[in-house]
Amino acid sequence: MQTIDLSETGLRATNKMLHAQADNTNQTAWEIVNPKGAHAIACGLNAPIEVTVKGSTGYYCGGMNQQATINIHGSAGPGTGENIMSGKIVIEGDASQYLGATGHGGMIVVKGNASSRCGISMKGVNIVVQGNIGHMSAFMGQSGNLVVCGDAGDALGDSCYEARFFVRGTVKSLGADCEKKEMREEHLTLLQGLLDEAGIDADPAEFTRYGSARTLYNFDVDNAGAY
Amino acid sequence: MCGIVGLFLKDKSLEPKLGEMLTAMLITMTDRGPDSAGIAIYGGESKGRTKMTVQSDTPETAFDGLEAALSTAVGGPVAVEIKSTHAVLDIPAGTGAKARAALNDMGIRVMSRGDSLEIYKEVGLPKDVAAQFDISAMSGTHGIGHTRMATESAVTTMGAHPFNTGDDQCLVHNGSLSNHNSLRRKLRREGIHIETENDTEVGAAYLTWQMQNGATLGEALTSSLDDLDGFFTFVVGTKDGFGVVRDPIACKPAVMAETDQYVAFGSEYRAMVDLPGIENARVWEPEPATVYFWSHNNTPTATEKAA
Repeated sequence: MQTIDLSETGLRATNKMLHAQADNTNQTAWEIVNPKGAHAIACGLNAPIEVTVKGSTGYYCGGMNQQATINIHGSAGPGTGENIMSGKIVIEGDASQYLGATGHGGMIVVKGNASSRCGISMKGVNIVVQGNIGHMSAFMGQSGNLVVCGDAGDALGDSCYEARFFVRGTVKSLGADCEKKEMREEHLTLLQGLLDEAGIDADPAEFTRYGSARTLYNFDVDNAGAY
Repeated sequence: MCGIVGLFLKDKSLEPKLGEMLTAMLITMTDRGPDSAGIAIYGGESKGRTKMTVQSDTPETAFDGLEAALSTAVGGPVAVEIKSTHAVLDIPAGTGAKARAALNDMGIRVMSRGDSLEIYKEVGLPKDVAAQFDISAMSGTHGIGHTRMATESAVTTMGAHPFNTGDDQCLVHNGSLSNHNSLRRKLRREGIHIETENDTEVGAAYLTWQMQNGATLGEALTSSLDDLDGFFTFVVGTKDGFGVVRDPIACKPAVMAETDQYVAFGSEYRAMVDLPGIENARVWEPEPATVYFWSHNNTPTATEKAA
């Protein structure tokens, strides 16, 4: 295990060290102490390593992640896991706004609550939140899955494309063109797989699926007033 | 982008360290707002007296003989404590209007008025502004700080936050208001004094106007959600406490932390990392369109009002 004291090593040197790890590195376990809410911790990683941050992080932790597993033992600031491509980010506390924005792949797990705009413009990432999520989540979501074990705020899935949303609790309101959908066998299987991967014990049968009503895909003159 | 910090002390033993803790928080927020900084501090009151904090770009000449001139103007004893470009005036209660008129004639700007509020603000890096007024040596019950990255108006002392709204009230803002020009015209027609072209000052004047018409601070903040367009996270200070409100979109960041000793506000968590006991504090993001308030008058709890 390699331990880095962020307050002594500094952000650039820390990220540089992590960036230097190759696909076949044998230094696979890293620990970052004294993060003190710093921005851009463990951003742009591209190696199968596991980084554990002991404390809360600021903006953009784990942004653009590929392959790496990042554990945050605290809460995470705005834009955590932005544009994640692969790998996994696990947040033990809460996550601030626009978690996993534009994420293409991989998984983000939040043990607490996620704030507004969770999964905004998601493009393939899977996000599993054990608590609640805030308003405007998954706005323009294109693909991937957003699983919420608690409640969702206002305007869930506004203007979404093919991203899927599974919510166990209540949804304060659905966004434009987002609708409740039937939970078929394939969805129960998919959801069970996502919960297993996230390490969260919940019954898929208790969730409701939401997704695009597909009425905004093509221009319709009757909708002109809505633009 | 701007940075906001706030600290409301529940534990009296921390009061001598209020300035020191707020200064450290303010400096951490430098990269959110390096062009100017300000701090509002509530340092206790003396009966029958009013405090005014005033500013001049030429303090050597402007504050020379101020004590005698003001005593004559208000017809009572006046004490003047000079701190760099600012001075704290101690005047008899009820003479605020006379003092303001006299100061206006002398070309001295009024930063704040109240029983316990003092406001210090200048152009420059937060660490320099804090050092200029020796904020870290100040004690008090609660305080608010702001680091500014200007968007809506010029980088000047008068454009810096906090803005004094009414007696002992102040406002800091992260965001930008989009209907401030029309609202400024409306408020000026209503007789509200607005000094600058700054959007936040209009927000502050709006709250003053609401409260002059009988609204409580909580009600004024709630109605601001309907009447102010744009983005805002506001933190307001009063003699007894501070309040927080965010617009319904809530894209301007806000984090709060509470322990048995204090309630703290930061634009980011990192502003609070050196506070005592932060690792065991309850840390959360204030909800959009919800008014929070903590007061020394009541049991300090978050009182939420659905907007």
